[in-house]
Amino acid sequence: MPRFLLTRVTSGLGVLLLVCLFTFVVFFALSPDPAVQICGKNCTPEVIDQIRGNLGLDQPFWTQFFHFVVGIFAGRTYGEGAGAVECAAPCLGYSFQSSQAVWDMIVQRLPVSATIAVGAAVLWLLAGLAGGLLSAVKEGTFLDRFTTGLTLTSMSIPNYVLALVLQYVLVVKLQWLPFPQAVAFADDPGQWFANFVMPWIVLAVGYAAAYTRLTRANVLDVLRENYVRTAYAKGLAQPLVWRRHALRPALTPVVTIFGMDFAGLLGGALITETVFGINGVGKMAADSIARNDQPVIMGVTLLAGFLVVVGNIVVDVVYTAIDPRVRVNA
Amino acid sequence: MTSFPTDLTTAQPVEAGTDDTPEAPAAAAAGAVRAGAGGPWQALRRDVGAMLGLGYIVLVTLVAVLAPVLTSISGWTPYEFDQTAIDPNLGGMPIGPWGGVTAEHWFGVEPGSGRDIFARIVYGARVSMSIALSATALTTVLGVSLGLVAGYFGGRVDLVISRVMDFLMAFPALIFMIAVLSALPASNRSTLLVVVISVFGWPYLARIVRGQTMSLAQREFVEAARAAGASGTRIVFREILPNLRSTIIVMATLAVPGYIGTEAGLSFLGVGVVPPAPSWGQMIAASVKWYAVDPAYFVFPGACLFLLVLSFTVLGDRLRAVVDAQEGR
Repeated sequence: MPRFLLTRVTSGLGVLLLVCLFTFVVFFALSPDPAVQICGKNCTPEVIDQIRGNLGLDQPFWTQFFHFVVGIFAGRTYGEGAGAVECAAPCLGYSFQSSQAVWDMIVQRLPVSATIAVGAAVLWLLAGLAGGLLSAVKEGTFLDRFTTGLTLTSMSIPNYVLALVLQYVLVVKLQWLPFPQAVAFADDPGQWFANFVMPWIVLAVGYAAAYTRLTRANVLDVLRENYVRTAYAKGLAQPLVWRRHALRPALTPVVTIFGMDFAGLLGGALITETVFGINGVGKMAADSIARNDQPVIMGVTLLAGFLVVVGNIVVDVVYTAIDPRVRVNA
Repeated sequence: MTSFPTDLTTAQPVEAGTDDTPEAPAAAAAGAVRAGAGGPWQALRRDVGAMLGLGYIVLVTLVAVLAPVLTSISGWTPYEFDQTAIDPNLGGMPIGPWGGVTAEHWFGVEPGSGRDIFARIVYGARVSMSIALSATALTTVLGVSLGLVAGYFGGRVDLVISRVMDFLMAFPALIFMIAVLSALPASNRSTLLVVVISVFGWPYLARIVRGQTMSLAQREFVEAARAAGASGTRIVFREILPNLRSTIIVMATLAVPGYIGTEAGLSFLGVGVVPPAPSWGQMIAASVKWYAVDPAYFVFPGACLFLLVLSFTVLGDRLRAVVDAQEGR
């Protein structure tokens, strides 16, 4: 087990380093003039020169990359003397437009994004598992066909379209919900729920549909296995067969997918937060696109890569814990 | 009393699913489609959902191809500003109900600018379809050829290709696409979109093609071809590839809606198709500011986009059910 974990962590670090390199190449080698890009729209030649000096753009590519990677672990200082800018570890870059380290900007907004992500995950897991089990139990009935139709529809509706429809109907027309804002749970639990419920739904709908289909297919597959037939032959009643023999193997793949989906949620949060105007990490990234604030986009990309890599490792570990077949092989 | 026969009979309905038909396992895969005696096309033709989806796809394709003709009939190009259709006293709100739907402007006009929404949707269909279909074509070519090579030749080639696939699939694709597109110059975005989408899309097809190639390579007909002296390339393309046809068609059909959504999403975030060229995603992004006062502005492009994605999803889903049923899985 430790050896298996060690391999996973090593390969994870390798992937992260490659993500770093890719991002770095894109921003510092492909873009026409990084200093101009970083400087943004309201820019003067002096500022450009300063940024060029600060970033050490006169140095060779590998030196720059080395400084960047070291900065993540040890922090770094941009420039010298009076104009020097401190960027403490983990230094994912420095936004010269908002005069803030990218990491600090992320940390400020992470709680909001985490609230949206966790709430949506709870929602889609519950809906997906319930829907999938229900349509597997009622396989072939009207309910099953209705669920199948509903999942196809939910998978097809782009989340920003759904967001606009919900917001128009529930907020503008019926006035049941407020325009979403980041209300803290401690301040007012009721308002917290009312403000976050639409982002949760919008982010969760597509996943809920996919999980319903996955759960249904898995359960039906497992019910055709020989050991389920054996369990019935032994004389076990149906609920017991489901609980003891069918559900665990049917639901383990869901765990794998869930870990990866949850880790990759930053992409979906980008659109959801932007549509609702909620100030999380995703909206920050989207705003940075409009302002051409490249260090921020780069920092968020690295964070997203980190989350995916960590998510994969966690999934592998959890998987060995809940699936005995894998445990034997590892 | 627990005798074996009784328990087996009570177990029967659950075993075969609660469906009352004997061929339930085959049909249960993804819906109510049952393969008839004819080919997949015959089975598909009896499916209402698949045919409706196909109908809408054909319609959108025709609209995209005939865009210039349609806009010459409707009388407005996507770039023309119609100041008479909007009310300057109300901040540029379209005049008339439903976002200014009139005989003049069939789908109304954009608030603020007065551009014809019908014309922009028609031209936006060109963008959506051409990008999604090109990306699908490129993904399919990449995925199939790399999957075939990895699956058939194995060894070091397989190792390298598999590693690249693992890497790309463990990558925050959407965020990285945004990063790449925002860093690169805005010229020729359509081509860039196609390339970026395909680079991250091919592993999903290649992985399946690789797996199927590996099992097909063990079959007798491949053995026979090898014994007859056929070269590796010949075996891969003449013997194995034709057997993957249905898999490839299904996977490609199911990939299209994802790419339509990705293109619209990227355009929505402002890193996709560059204005003033119309795209559905970009129209929806522009409508965010107006949705409270002019819902029609997002309803038209939103509905078109949703229906197109839904059509491809349903068609692909039914296609897979038919193919699965015919292969007796």
